[in-house]
Amino acid sequence: MVIEISCEDVWREVSNYLDGDITPQLRARMREHFKGCKHCTAVLDGTRNVVQLVGDAKAFVLPAGFSDRLYQKLDRKLSKDDQL
Amino acid sequence: MSAVAVRTGLPGTSLRVDGKTLAGTKSQVEPLELEQIQRVLGGQHEAFRELVRPCEPAVFMATQAILKNEADAEDAAQEAILKAFTNLSKFRGDSKFSTWLVRIATNEALMKLRKERRQKLHDSLDDGSKNEKGDYVPRDFADWREIPSEALQTKELRQALSRALASLTAKHREVFVMRDVQHFTIEETAKLLGIRKSAVKTRLLRARLQMRDALAPGMDGSWSTGRREYKQVRPW
Repeated sequence: MVIEISCEDVWREVSNYLDGDITPQLRARMREHFKGCKHCTAVLDGTRNVVQLVGDAKAFVLPAGFSDRLYQKLDRKLSKDDQL
Repeated sequence: MSAVAVRTGLPGTSLRVDGKTLAGTKSQVEPLELEQIQRVLGGQHEAFRELVRPCEPAVFMATQAILKNEADAEDAAQEAILKAFTNLSKFRGDSKFSTWLVRIATNEALMKLRKERRQKLHDSLDDGSKNEKGDYVPRDFADWREIPSEALQTKELRQALSRALASLTAKHREVFVMRDVQHFTIEETAKLLGIRKSAVKTRLLRARLQMRDALAPGMDGSWSTGRREYKQVRPW
């Protein structure tokens, strides 16, 4: 017999659920809740998808010219150090 | 740069820094990185580019997570990389080089942020959707059609991700980026930011839910098809 859990409590734990950072009992209660709650399932799926997307190396790109500016700065520093 | 010996070897061998072997320190450094570090410390400064180039996106993300402004984030990222160059002899090899570099970048950005805050005491506190207990309540409950990673090739989705990230407050953004973009553990994130693990978890929850809400307009599949106008799907 799994004790019911409210939607609010599910939202509070959804991040820990994704990280596997909850007790087996709570996981079972949440799993049971997802079976009957479309809204919470949508929250879970969407949050999981966000985590997958932002964790992808393609998600964020460097500003144009970042490397050029960085190494110009480094070269300036090196030539300054050499002069000392 | 001080005379430093870095013994190149297979992963698991110890590093020799400032003449001392770091006894019991299991090196986390890749053999290629070790070789590059050795070359830099030996005076071949051009090897530093090879060492740093793969880490550039992670360093920039670390500073951008803390500093909303792209120019400030770039400035802090550059400063961090220059500091890493100057202090390379202090790198102990007990973490990956990229992790060490991201830590320097995070500290650099936090220092810059604190300076800014002292000058202008504010934080863009978002109102969010809070219930009586102060929890974040999701705004949107429509079915989320999974966005495949191929969709990241569309500029619109990448821009939407950046906008969504920028909409988070600094304290939520830094936790979210460290955990979900840079894959630090909860414990590492807490340590780096000097906050409790429970605070990391609370901020992470809010950031993840807020990111989901911010990206919701494209959840009907628009992100995958690259269509500019979203046909929002609401089942009620």
